[in-house]
Amino acid sequence: MNGAHDLGGMHGFGPVIVEPDEPVFHAAWERQAFGLTLAMGAWRRWNLDMSRWAREQMPPATYLSTSYYEHWLFGLVRLLGEHGLASPEELAQVQRGEPTRSHGPAKVQDGALRPEGVPAMLGNRRAARMDDPVPPKFRVGQAVRARNLHPQGHTRLPRYVRGRRGMIAIDHGVFLFPDAHAAGQGKQPQHVYSVRFAAQELWGPDASARDSVYVDLWDDYLEAIL
Amino acid sequence: MSEHDHDHDHHHHGIDDPAHPHNAPMTDVQLRVRALQSLLTDKGLVDPAALDALVDTYETKVGPRNGAQVVAKAWADPAFKQRLLDDATGTLADLGFIGRQGEDMMVLENTASVHNLVVCTLCSCYPWPVLGLPPVWYKSAPYRSRAVIDPRGVLRDFGVELPDDVEVRVWDSTAELRYLVLPRRPDATDGMPEDELAALVTRDSMIGTGLARVPEAPR
Repeated sequence: MNGAHDLGGMHGFGPVIVEPDEPVFHAAWERQAFGLTLAMGAWRRWNLDMSRWAREQMPPATYLSTSYYEHWLFGLVRLLGEHGLASPEELAQVQRGEPTRSHGPAKVQDGALRPEGVPAMLGNRRAARMDDPVPPKFRVGQAVRARNLHPQGHTRLPRYVRGRRGMIAIDHGVFLFPDAHAAGQGKQPQHVYSVRFAAQELWGPDASARDSVYVDLWDDYLEAIL
Repeated sequence: MSEHDHDHDHHHHGIDDPAHPHNAPMTDVQLRVRALQSLLTDKGLVDPAALDALVDTYETKVGPRNGAQVVAKAWADPAFKQRLLDDATGTLADLGFIGRQGEDMMVLENTASVHNLVVCTLCSCYPWPVLGLPPVWYKSAPYRSRAVIDPRGVLRDFGVELPDDVEVRVWDSTAELRYLVLPRRPDATDGMPEDELAALVTRDSMIGTGLARVPEAPR
């Protein structure tokens, strides 16, 4: 989706402001939004690409005017509704900021993340890498072009490289394909490469002749230059 | 497995915010998150103790001190540095610095002629096991938009001016590879023990927006 999240190359946002001695979280609600997102992810009803896709569907003007954990909150609420873990009435109540009327301590369901399960969950060693023996479509050193694709759904092909020429710098091996994974269409394993784009190819003659941008791209995002 | 993070002194245990008294009016987003937590807890879908454990991990256990330890070791031990550059994932795993958002790692070495800078233009991908959770500026529109089109300007925002003959390589973390920059070792640090070297390694130097600190002159 050509959304507001795809920020590379935009102008007008001003300088980078660094907060000295920045805390990890700035408020209790940020801790809650972070914790709830990870804890609900542990149910494995959705995957990481679906989470990213849910956040990307925030309306563009809202996305640009809200903070990071508000994006997470938006994504979580959307996923809860889509996967039937909360009813539209319950989520409307959340949007109004009305807490549920508690009937005493709730029984935590089997399958919910427990504190003793947290180290194993955060110690995860395997996420998107696949063992499938898929041959690479491109080789290191090969000239390629990022395809000019504008999918309506989730993609990790940033707008600023589409149609641009680059060179395969590193073959990282086989990974699941996020465009399919976010849409619940399986893993479609394929190679991921770091593709080197010269700064002048991306940004024109005023860019440094020396500099470059390396972007991690999948086989399906690339075409050979003949 | 992970070193205590001394970079910040806000060690709130649990998710209650002592800085926010209960009688102060709550903002819209505070109300919505509170309502969501109450809904999911009442449904038995989340255990509040697990939320505390998740938050505590990144507030007190996993942070940029992990990465600094790795960098110091690479500066002190050339064989370790080579292993790190050849197989970052395996070498970091041996130190226990592996896990969520760091399953597949690459280490990028800054030299006199090449300066690496890491960004995630599409969201906020960041190597959690070695750096903890990203700072706000890393996730914000100014950095994500400009790092790829004007990396030297971004570096100037951080007070870093690179000579024109240094090549800048920007790495956009669009896939599940996560990048750690190995900053240049400062001069006048020969023979310095690893723990003192680690104190010179800033978070920003491992993202590529800063340089390692220069040691203070001996008094």
